[in-house]
Amino acid sequence: MSVNQISIFLENKTGQLAEITGLLAENHINLRAISIAETADYGVLRIIADDAEKATSVLLAHGNILSMTPVTVVAVEDKPAGLSELLSLLSDGDVAIEYMYSLFTHQNGKAYMVFRIADEEGFTKLLASHGLTPATAEELNLK
Amino acid sequence: MSNYYQPEIETASPEQIREWQNERLVKQIRHVWYNVPYYRKKMEEKGVTPDDIKSVDDLKKLPFLTKDDLREAYPYGLLAKPLSDCVRIQSTSGTTGKRVVAFYTQHDIDLWEDCCARAICAVGGTKDDVCHVSYGYGLFTGGPGLNGGSHKVGCLTLPMSSGNTDRQLQFMTDLGSTIICCTPSYAAYLAESIHEQGLQDKIKLKAGIFGAEAWSEDMRHDIENKLNIKAYDIYGLTEISGPGVSFECEAQTGMHVNEDHFIAEIIDPDTGEVLPDGTKGELVFTCITKEAFPMIRYRTRDICVLSREKCPCGRTHVKMSKPMGRSDDMLIIKGVNVFPSQIETVLIQQGYPANYQIVVDRVNNSDTLEVLVEMTPEIFSDSLGKITEMEKSLVAELKAMLGIYAKVKLVAPKTIARSEGKAVRVIDKRKI
Repeated sequence: MSVNQISIFLENKTGQLAEITGLLAENHINLRAISIAETADYGVLRIIADDAEKATSVLLAHGNILSMTPVTVVAVEDKPAGLSELLSLLSDGDVAIEYMYSLFTHQNGKAYMVFRIADEEGFTKLLASHGLTPATAEELNLK
Repeated sequence: MSNYYQPEIETASPEQIREWQNERLVKQIRHVWYNVPYYRKKMEEKGVTPDDIKSVDDLKKLPFLTKDDLREAYPYGLLAKPLSDCVRIQSTSGTTGKRVVAFYTQHDIDLWEDCCARAICAVGGTKDDVCHVSYGYGLFTGGPGLNGGSHKVGCLTLPMSSGNTDRQLQFMTDLGSTIICCTPSYAAYLAESIHEQGLQDKIKLKAGIFGAEAWSEDMRHDIENKLNIKAYDIYGLTEISGPGVSFECEAQTGMHVNEDHFIAEIIDPDTGEVLPDGTKGELVFTCITKEAFPMIRYRTRDICVLSREKCPCGRTHVKMSKPMGRSDDMLIIKGVNVFPSQIETVLIQQGYPANYQIVVDRVNNSDTLEVLVEMTPEIFSDSLGKITEMEKSLVAELKAMLGIYAKVKLVAPKTIARSEGKAVRVIDKRKI
């Protein structure tokens, strides 16, 4: 049960990020999560948009280089140790994380974490064995 | 007082030089006609036979030879002696994958080393000098050429090769090097290191022989002041023999071409027409004494001027200016010949678009090469690690092709400047 993340190539220079967010704003696309990984010369911008399909077509139409990547979103208790407990499960279950960031969405005392895991199936099984399920697109109000 | 290696040749009368050239040219043309089918075919295509070549005046009847010919005839097509008579090869970095491989008989090595010995004597070198050779040794002609010349003069020769600056400085101070041979950019770097380490008082250098890359008069003054030496230019190319085709004397106003071995012409690069002395044009060489790999009317693509004005040093051989540019798109970076087409070949082989830009600069007196490549959907990955891996492999492939390090920079699509619809492939920011 994964959610679509859009990864966009960004050259490391002033105004690149504002150009992308401006484009999304013009098209009334709302961001649910955003993260940047960077090197000295370039970066990869990762976003979760409320309408991934629309965001993709708008970005492509403006010559951006991007790719769609499935990621897993998991709710954690919004209190001290909430994330730590989940990460301990992963660590004990020997599940490696490629990268992780958080979602802006916050509801019912829960915060949401976005995970990119190479072994997604193993991750889902591990969660299930502890009575947990990944958050669905509907739950997160994503199209 | 001038110091010559072969005074009777170096100060011979112009008439005498002309006589040598006439005699040797006629003999050389017969040699290639009978021993190199490639030359014979080229001459036949132009309707010329050895009987048409009676003196240097007839040189213009002969066809030109270009780097394309070398590529086509690679590796043995221009060889004029049996391989069993050859004792050495030297090579340049490749163009589109193929290198120039030049062959030498022992006679060819001897005359090449004589030329280098003349260059060393011209900067004041004698058997009492310690000659520190920091050009690369190996396939590159720089190290072997000056090494041989230094032996002939009788200097104590330090075959240092390039790199390992601390070791260079240690030998230079411990053994009292008096003449340094290297690229001008490495000389500038050595000068800085000497100042940083406060070794000025321990350096005994008096002269430097610097070549294999372009350098300005400003750079000359800078090196001379920092090292407290006289800095001299030397010119050469592997195709013709190596360093020492021409060299500077005490006048420091151009390089004397060793005319008893090489005939220099200046041509219009577009029409091929021979231009008079004093006119700027493309430099063309004919080897009249080399046996194994005698280039006839080889187009160097270097743009310069020849001058027959009387030189205060007493040498009578024609002087050429520093090359002022190229008539092709070849770049000389860190002394290495680089063609944009080589970079393009690597990019295409590695699955990158042929949409690139080459930025050459000079930082702290050392050349830098950066290749800008536009990102494409095929190369892009969500994983930074994968992109970095691809970048690393591209850097390694470029290094394998060019022989020097090129920084790769991935840029956003459509950011490489285009003028009149045509991409600007090379930006050379060096102020030479």
